[in-house]
This record gives sequence, structure tokens and C-alpha cells, in this order.
Amino acid sequence: MKEITMSSPSAASPAEITRLLSNGRRHWIRKVKDRLAAITITAGGMSVLFAILLIFFYLFYEILPLFRSASAEQVASYPITKLGDVGAPLLLAVEEQNEIAMRLDDSGKMVFFHTGSGEPIQTVAAPIPADVKISSFALESEQSQIIALGLSNGSALLLRHDYTAHYGDNGAREIVPSVVYPYGEQALSLDTPEALLAIAARSSDAGLLVIGATEGGKLVARKWEKHEDFLSGDTTTEEVTLHVPDVDIRPAHLLISPDQKWLYALAADGNYRVIDLLASNVVDSGRFFASGELTDARFLLGGISIMVASDHGELSQWFMVRKPDSAPQLTRIRSFSDSGTAVTQLAVEHRRKGFVTVDAKHQLQIYYATSQRRMLSVPTGEAPVRSLAFSPRANGLIYEDGSGELHFWSVANDHPEVSWSALWDKVWYENYPQPDYVWQSSSSNSDFEAKYSLMPLAFGTLKAALYAMAVAAPLSICGALFTAYFMSPVLRRKIKPLIELMAALPTVILGFLAGLWLAPVVEHNLPGIFFVLIFMPISVLLFALLWNQIPFAWRKWIPEGWQPLVLVPLVLLVTYACFALSAPVEHALFGGDLRSWMRREWDLDYSQRNALIVGIAMGFAVIPNIFSIAEDAIFSVPKHLSYGSLALGATPWQTLVGVVLPTASPGIFSALMIGLGRAVGETMIVLMAAGNTPIMDANIFEGMRTLSANIAVEIGETAVNSTHYRVLFLAAFVLFLFTFVLNTVAEAIRQRLRRRYSVI
Amino acid sequence: MALAQQSRLSLREWVKSGEPFIWFNAAAVTISTIAVVGLLLLLATRGLGHFWPGTVYQFKYSQQGVEPQHLLAELVESESVAIEQLQASGMQIDIKTPFVRRDLLKLGNRDLLGHDFSWVLHPWLSDTQQPVDAMVLERREWGNFYGYLRQIKQNGAVIADSKTDDGTVWQTLQKQLESASKLHDAIATIEKKEIGTINYKLDQLRLDARKLELNKASLTDTQIAVKQERFESERMGLQEKYKGLQSNLENLYQQAGRDSLVAETADGRSVEIPLAKIVHAYRPNAMNVFQKIHFYFAKLWEFLTAEPREANTEGGIFPAIFGTVAMVMIMSIIVTPFGVIAAVYLREYAKQGLVTRIVRIAVNNLAGVPSIVYGMFGLGFFVYFLGANIDHAFFAAALPAPTFGTPGLLWASLTLALLTLPVVIVATEEGLSRIPRSLREGSLALGATKAETLWRVVLPMASPAMMTGLILAVARAAGEVAPLMLVGVVKLAPALPVDGNFPFVHLDRKFMHLGFHIYDVGFQSPNVEAARPLVYATALLLVIIIALLNFSAVALRNHLREKYRALEM
Repeated sequence: MKEITMSSPSAASPAEITRLLSNGRRHWIRKVKDRLAAITITAGGMSVLFAILLIFFYLFYEILPLFRSASAEQVASYPITKLGDVGAPLLLAVEEQNEIAMRLDDSGKMVFFHTGSGEPIQTVAAPIPADVKISSFALESEQSQIIALGLSNGSALLLRHDYTAHYGDNGAREIVPSVVYPYGEQALSLDTPEALLAIAARSSDAGLLVIGATEGGKLVARKWEKHEDFLSGDTTTEEVTLHVPDVDIRPAHLLISPDQKWLYALAADGNYRVIDLLASNVVDSGRFFASGELTDARFLLGGISIMVASDHGELSQWFMVRKPDSAPQLTRIRSFSDSGTAVTQLAVEHRRKGFVTVDAKHQLQIYYATSQRRMLSVPTGEAPVRSLAFSPRANGLIYEDGSGELHFWSVANDHPEVSWSALWDKVWYENYPQPDYVWQSSSSNSDFEAKYSLMPLAFGTLKAALYAMAVAAPLSICGALFTAYFMSPVLRRKIKPLIELMAALPTVILGFLAGLWLAPVVEHNLPGIFFVLIFMPISVLLFALLWNQIPFAWRKWIPEGWQPLVLVPLVLLVTYACFALSAPVEHALFGGDLRSWMRREWDLDYSQRNALIVGIAMGFAVIPNIFSIAEDAIFSVPKHLSYGSLALGATPWQTLVGVVLPTASPGIFSALMIGLGRAVGETMIVLMAAGNTPIMDANIFEGMRTLSANIAVEIGETAVNSTHYRVLFLAAFVLFLFTFVLNTVAEAIRQRLRRRYSVI
Repeated sequence: MALAQQSRLSLREWVKSGEPFIWFNAAAVTISTIAVVGLLLLLATRGLGHFWPGTVYQFKYSQQGVEPQHLLAELVESESVAIEQLQASGMQIDIKTPFVRRDLLKLGNRDLLGHDFSWVLHPWLSDTQQPVDAMVLERREWGNFYGYLRQIKQNGAVIADSKTDDGTVWQTLQKQLESASKLHDAIATIEKKEIGTINYKLDQLRLDARKLELNKASLTDTQIAVKQERFESERMGLQEKYKGLQSNLENLYQQAGRDSLVAETADGRSVEIPLAKIVHAYRPNAMNVFQKIHFYFAKLWEFLTAEPREANTEGGIFPAIFGTVAMVMIMSIIVTPFGVIAAVYLREYAKQGLVTRIVRIAVNNLAGVPSIVYGMFGLGFFVYFLGANIDHAFFAAALPAPTFGTPGLLWASLTLALLTLPVVIVATEEGLSRIPRSLREGSLALGATKAETLWRVVLPMASPAMMTGLILAVARAAGEVAPLMLVGVVKLAPALPVDGNFPFVHLDRKFMHLGFHIYDVGFQSPNVEAARPLVYATALLLVIIIALLNFSAVALRNHLREKYRALEM
């Protein structure tokens, strides 16, 4: 044995000290390393958890702008005297880039000026004869920028303010305004010597239609029809006088629909008449308000909806509604304000269904029609507003007040189309006979009303998930009961991984099989599917009864817990028989085609990709999830519980129902929740097997579109940061929250269950 | 089990004992199992059957009210339909039986017939033959051709004719085809590889020049001039090279266009087809079993290694396999360290309490969040936010064309890494929790620091669990499609994400993916009928890959359990 020398501190050799010192340094290095590791891992761990939080907050950040209200602030204001000697304003307008504005006064003088400074750029006087005055004016539409001036000699002058961009040598852009006369500088005669007190114009590919209301209360209409020669491509114009029936009101406003079919004549007292220009008769008449005078009426974008405002503060949207079996009627769709304060000014957005009003208390309010939302309400100042206009992109606003000041505002109003009610309630869209849930996010034409109702998608999601659960829940829970409680351990070790393997099966494969293989098979063997549903339980029951009757000596060849194996031939046979019977039965009972029979007899439509297919395919995808968790829950019920029950004389089934199931039921419930969560969020199967039509129909033979499939279908065609883009994020957020809550509840239940087992 | 079961029971007792319910439960297990096995069998038979050279039949098809036609076709499938359904679709049928057999024939010859699949009524088929000299041509365009070989031409002159000697014609064809396919390969190499490289370099030069323009302020005029001169000379050099290759190509094209064959279709039409347009020519009815097996494996190999043709409905799926593997590998590189660190933090460093428990539940639940939500996050955050900022900072020269501000391989990998993070965290945590406390305490008692204990004792022991987690993550990532559609997968990528051009791995490129390939070919393809067998084969391949990954995860887990069992003793 070696002698251990204890070196006393006083007698330490230099070598000893170095050793100790270096040991100390090494110790120090190790300590630093330890600290570093702790810091790195903590930082790393925290950052991962942060990344997970980020998902939630990012989705939230993307959808937040949807619910923000608009904002506006004054950019510039200047007196109209800057523009020179001008009269009362008829119209204000701003061009696309918000750089140049135009003011038209009652003498027909148009002044173009810089929006920022009010510096005039160009002044153009409309070619009106000296002794003639402007007696009325109207906009053809906001987008076309065509103005129709009704003159006191019974003629009409059409002009358009136009802007062209020029690029200088240094790349600087200069916008040059101009006035164009699309139908000539000569005023168009309407065949009447009387002054036009109201005018309306519509220009289309077919030609120009101008209608005026004379001092005598008559309506005069004239049409310049364009005819194109197919061979030469030349166009010729033919002038036609249109007969318009007389109306019993004095029209203050005239509006023509873009298809030149409807003429709306609106009187100052709020009475209206709707005239069918093709049939030349009055189809509808009525009054907008119970009391009060009409202050203004404008078409919203697209020329379908009319916004009307009254001096009693009423503000409502109207359009023609065609109810089944009755003539179209002008119908009040929704009201925006009934504050009692007179609405004095009304202007509409050029590219969306939004509008702005100013009331007698000088409050400026921005609304959006479809979502019935007031986006903004701000005071304008002390003087009443005399004229008001949106810029084409609705990001600017110009108005003139009674004190002769022009004000230019910038407006931020990015997502007015969405509101809680637009997303989740029935909305009365243009051209629809009644309010409805509709998802239609895009269309080919630009004056389209986007329909962002999430209801059809949420409905589709739940429909798909519920049909899937209807398939998966019984199969997986019954299977789990048997596997956990009755199955022989040898078989269980084989069966469980096999079913769990399904969970790893890519859903794109299930979706592909569902869409391309299962859907045609089901379509051709529809009765067979029902036979399987009916005869499978019956035959299993009969088989069980028969099994009970055969002698025990035979039965024992199949040990307890191997019943599924015995059933394999039975299940295969019954399935085969059902499908083999399918065609003959269809032939005998349903005239060879069950689908058309159902359509005839029950009014049930059948689409090839439907909820039944989705239910089977997605049920298949969900089975392993539910099975695995439910099986674990049942299997881990402490054995002494069931032994106790069995010892007291209960049969295995009684033990299962009376003892095991109640104990494991929270676990089974959480399995179902997790299965539902997966079914709700599944994308590929529904994308491929559900047909993707966003309809609300509980019919099992109709398809649907789910939230997740909708994202997959539409995300590619949206502009980044558009309303549509953000609504898709909202759909993702709804999915996220829904599944997260489902899973959290399920997980909490499971954890509690685990604790309870450990106590028992 | 219970005594009551040992004898026959009266009906009442039987119901009361719960026996029928047990049978119902057993049936549920049976149905689930049959469904799984059936699905795998369906995929296997349809997927693998496609490559077998099917018999080619010649029929006389006497459709009611139409002149009889001669058809040369493969039989794809048969089904029985009710006469009413056919009549409802406007067919005139004088068959009296309630049901009639209907055959789906693959007729090929899409350029001549307009369609390459056709349903025919079996009773109207007659004179069924299996002509030995029926020839199938797999073409680069227009799908298969079915017909009889008549002549082989070179520069328009007939060099072999079936009238004089049938055997030599066939041999000549095989020989000429071999040289034609060599020419085709040479052309492909030049077009794809060499010209591709030149294009890539030219593009880089363009970007360098643009970069120079952007940095003008920080350089002197002479520096700029020198650089511009260099760019110009390099550009000239590349253009020179390109011209050389171009003339080379023209030469090859001329050679390739020299040979052609003349074939006769079943209805007697004579068709001339350039050999350059043909991939394979074979006579399935003349092949014996061994030849067929050889052909089968050659086709299988082609499927795995070749590029897709004809809008992905023919040829191979190599780019999709490659893209899937590349994406999964990059994802693994990202997800493993982060997942492990997060798990170690949660288990070893974080204070165990309510917060940790909540975090754990949250992480667990993220595994259940729909994958499309991750896709949206990836698109919004990675692509449009991170990517756009990276572009502004580092790739300003390429703007407004985005480099990283558009879906691509990197973002797809990152998105899937996030998606599979919970899987790795949960698996690693489980592994860490299984390591006996005594081991850790032993290490600490011997004077090791916490980090040393972690590095030398805990992590090595938990490594199989990490591997399990990683494999499960890979399996999930390989099968996930929905988020990828948003962040980088395309139906046809012009180039692989890895090639010979610096920097060799192009993380900004879009890529192809097996799962998306299935969706795209199965549902977006113009000719679904022709594409279907390939989709089955692709699906089978994907299932095999994922099943293998899962089985290895299970095996690793079992191995791990064995190991701890030994320790616990």
C-alpha cells in the first residue's frame, strides 16, 4: 500500500502550487463551460418556445388590420380664390396619383390644380354657347370620369377629364390633365327646347343613352347606338329617340343602370319611379322615406345599388330585387344612419362599394355598404361642406366648404369589406333575392362585390369533420375496446402497430384514392354501400349467435381474444356479396340508376365527390389517432379494478361497461376531441375528395369546401396584404384556435386521468 | 375467461352476457385491419402492375350504326354496367340483357385519334387476336403508339422493309433506336447542363453588373471601368462558348432527324415517325416471361431515375424524389438541434412548475394544429417578411425579381421544421425522462458539472430517443403536402436545387415533391386516365419510404427500451 502524504500548506513545493493553481484554472474553465452551456440551452430553449408563440402572434398580426377602423388626416387646405375667378362648385375630382384635382363650377369652367398646394395648372371652359346655362349635371360613372351637363336649351354636353403621365429625361413623372369630348364638342340635342332639370347618361359598348327631365316634368331620352361593321371594323352611330313613359313626379335625380335597362327617377320629396327602358313602362313606384326630403342619391360601384340620403338623417341602400314569381322591385337593403341629422353630401368610392357622407353638423363619415360598417366619423370644421369627392384609390378625399376653403385629406381605409356580420351573418348581396351566406372571393369583373362569409366554409368544415367522425368514432372506439380489453396479447402486439401505421400514411394518398378510386366505385355501387351498412351488423350478429350454438369442442379451436381473425372471412364475404348484389338490386328497384331515382323521388342531388367519400376517407385518416389514444386509456385502467369486478361475478362485458369504461371515459373523450381536431384541420383529403364548392347543404351526397381547403385553393390567387389575403389568414387563425382549444382540453383531461390512475 | 361462456347460452343469457357486443367490437377491429391491409394491397397492385408490358389485342369493333373499326389496344379494366345507364347517356343499344360488360381500352395514338383511352362494349368486340408483330412505341410526345412496323428510313430512303424480311426490320429498328437515344442524351446534356451553366453564369454577370451600378458611389471611376471591362470580356467569352455549343447542337439535331420509321395502324393508316421521338419500341406479344421481367425492371428503374415527360404523366419522378429528400434533409438539419435544445431546456434547466407544464401542453398541442396553418405562417412570415427583407439587404441587385422573397426550398424546409418541432421535442423529452435519476446523480457526485453530465451521460443515453423523434419528424415531413403548396413546391421545377454551379445548393429554388406530384398529376393533369398508373406508383413509393422510416423508429424505440431495462436492474 502506498503511503499517502498529506502536504501541509506551509510545506508546499512550487510544483505542488502550480498543480493546484492549474487545477483551479481548470476548475474555473469547467465552471465557465457549465455556465455557458446553461445560458446557451436556456437561450435556445426560450427561442424555440418564442418561435412557437410567434405563430400565434403573427397570425393575429396579419388579421388585426381587418378590424381596424379607417383614419383620415388633412394634408392641405387653401382658399378657392387661388384657382382664380370661379363660381359655385358642381363637382370635385382627383386623379389616380392624388397629385392633381379638378373643380367644375356652375359656369362650366374646369380648373385643374395641385392637390397639395392649390396651384392652378390649367383652366378649361366647357364649350357652352353664351346665352345657355348649365341647368343640371351628372356623372356617367366614377370610373369613366365622363360628366354630362344638362343645358338650359335642352341639350346635353358630355366631357371627360383625363390624365396622362409623361416621363422626363431624369425619370421624373409629370401628369398632364386634359379635357376630352368623347361625343364631340357640340352639345347633343335631346329634341326639346326646355331646360333639363335633371340628367343621366350611360355609355356602353352598345352606345350612349342620355335621359333628361325637362322643366315641364317630361322625360326625354335619346340614344346614340353604335354599330360595328363586322367586315371592315368601322363603327357607325345611329341616333334614336327612345320613348319614355311619363311619370307622376318631378324627377330631381335620374339614374340609369349600366345595362341601360332601368331608369330610376327620384323626386326631391323622396318618391321614386322605376322605369323599364326596354319595355318602356313603369315597373315600380314608392317612397324612400316616411318623411323628409331626398338630399342626394348615387349609384354605388357597379350601378346596381343606389344610396339615398335624406334631410332627416336617413341613409339607406336600395337595389332591384327579383323575388320568384313577381316583378322586380326596388327594395331597401340596409340602413346606415338614422341620427336625425340631415345628410348633406354623399360621394362614392370608385373601386369598392364604399361611400362617404357629411351631415348638417359637419361630421364626415366613411361607410362600407356590404359590411354595413361605419369606418370613420370625424368633424370637418365649422363651415358646411358644399362638394365632396373620393380619389380613385379611395386613399384621398377632397371637399370644399362654405367658407370657400378647399381641403385635401389622405385616407387610410384598407379593409372595409370585412366586419363581424359580413363574416358570420347573412348578408344581402347585390343581385341576390334575399340575404344569404355566400363565399365568393373573386370574379372576373372589377365592380364585383366580394362575398366573404365564412359560414359556408365553417359549415363545410364541420360537415366534413362530422361525417368523418361518424365513420371513425364507432370503428375506432369499438376497436380500441376490443384490442385493449379482450384481444389476446399476441394479436394485440401485431394489430396495434398496424393500425397506428395508418396515422403515418400521407393524407395526400388517402385523398388521391378517395377522389380517383373510391368516388367512382361508390358512384357505381351506391346500393352496395348501403347494403354494407345494413347487412354488416346483422351478419356479425347472426354469426355470433351461430357461434354460440356450435359445440364448445369446436369453438375452443379459436382461443379467446382471436375473434377478429374468425371474422375476416365473414367481413370479406359480406362486403363482396353486398357489392355483387348492388347492380341487380339497382336494376330491379331503381330502374338501373339509384342516383337519378333519388333525384326524381327525393330531390336529392348527387355529386361524385361528396360528403360520403370525404367521411370514409377522412374517417380512415382519423381512426388511428382515436384508436391509439382510446386504446391507451382503456389499457392503462388498473387491472385490479377489473379483477375485482370479475371476482364478484360480473361477466367480462359487464366489467367493461360498469368498471373499465367509466374509468377510461375521459380518455376516450379526449381521443375523440383529438380526432375531431385532426378532421377539422385536414386539408389534402377534402381538397381532393370534396369537390370544393362552397355550398351550405347537409345532404350527404353533396360536396363542400372547408376552411383549410379554401386556403389551399385561393392563397395562390390573392394579392399580398389585400383583404382577401387577410381573410384567408383569418380562416387559418380560426382553424388554429379551434384545434388548439380542442387539443388543450383533450390534453388537460388526459393529464387529470393519468393522475387519477396513479391514485387508484 | 368467464365460466358462463363455456356452455351454450339461452338467447336471453347470451344477450345479457354481452357476447354480441364483444363480437361487434371484434368486427370493428377486423374492418379497420382489413381496410389498412386492403389499402396497401390496392396501392401495391395498381402501382407495381403499371410497368408490366401488357398484351396487345387486335379487335374488330362493330358499334351499332357505325362502320366496324379495327382496334389495336391494351385492355386496362372491365366493368359491368346497367343498360339503362348507357341508354340514359344517349347510346343506341339493342342488347337485351340487363347488364353489359364494358372494357376500357388503351388505344394510344393520341395524335391520330384525339383520345388515347376509350370505353367499348364487350359484346361488340369480335375477332380478338394477339398479333405477334404488334408494336408499341413509347414516344416523347403524344403518348404511346400502337401499330405494325413496316419500313425504316434513313434520309428518306428505305433501308429495311417488313415485306422483304420482318426479322431484320425489327433488329434494324433496335439498332437505330440505340444510336438515336444516344444522340438524344447528347443533346439533353448540352441543352441542360452546358447551356444551363452558361445561362447561369450570364445571369450572375448581369447581377454583378447591376450590383456595381448600385455601389457606384463607393468606387472610383477607374475601378468601375476596370470591372465593367472584365464583365464585358467574360460575357463575350460566354457568348462565344454558347455559339459553339449552338452549332454543335444543330449538328446533332440534324443527325437525330435523319432516321424514321413507317408504321401501319390497326385501321390501315400509314404513319411516319422520326426515331428521335421514340423512347422505347417493343413487341409485348412476342416477349417471353424473362424478357418481360427484364423489361419490367428496366421500366421501374426508369421510373425512379428519369425526368418526367408530357406534363408529368409519363417518364420518371427523379426530380420529385430528389426534391423530397433535399427538403427533408435540410429540415432535419434545422429541426434536430433546436428540438433537442428545447427539450433539454424544458426537462433539465427550466424550473418545473405550472409554466413549464403549460408550455409542455402547448408544445404537445402544436402537433395537432393543422398543417395548412403552418403553411400560412411560412408564407406570410418567412417568405413575405423574412424573405423580402433578406432580398433588400443582400440581393438588391436582382430586385424587383425576388430571390428569397418568393417560395423556395429554404422556406419549405423551415416551415416543415417548425411543423415537426413538437415531434422532436416530445420524443427527446420522453427519452430524457426515462434516464434513471441515479445515473445523473452518480455523475454529479463524481464531481462532473451539470454540462458535463449532460454531454457525457444524459445526451448519449437519450440519443436513440432523439433519433426516434427525428425519424418520426422526417416521416411526417415527407408525407406533408398542404403547407408545401404554399411555400415552395411546384409541379415542374426547371432545375434541381443542387447542381454544379456555385454555390451548388440553391436554397432559393423551387422544387418538386412526391406528395405534391401525386396531387398535381392526379388532379390537375389534363390526361388523368393516362397519368393514373404513375400516380399509384408514386403513392406506393411514398408509402414505402414512410413505412420504412416508421418501422425504423419503432425498432429504435424498442432497442432503447431494452437498453434501459438493463440499466434499471
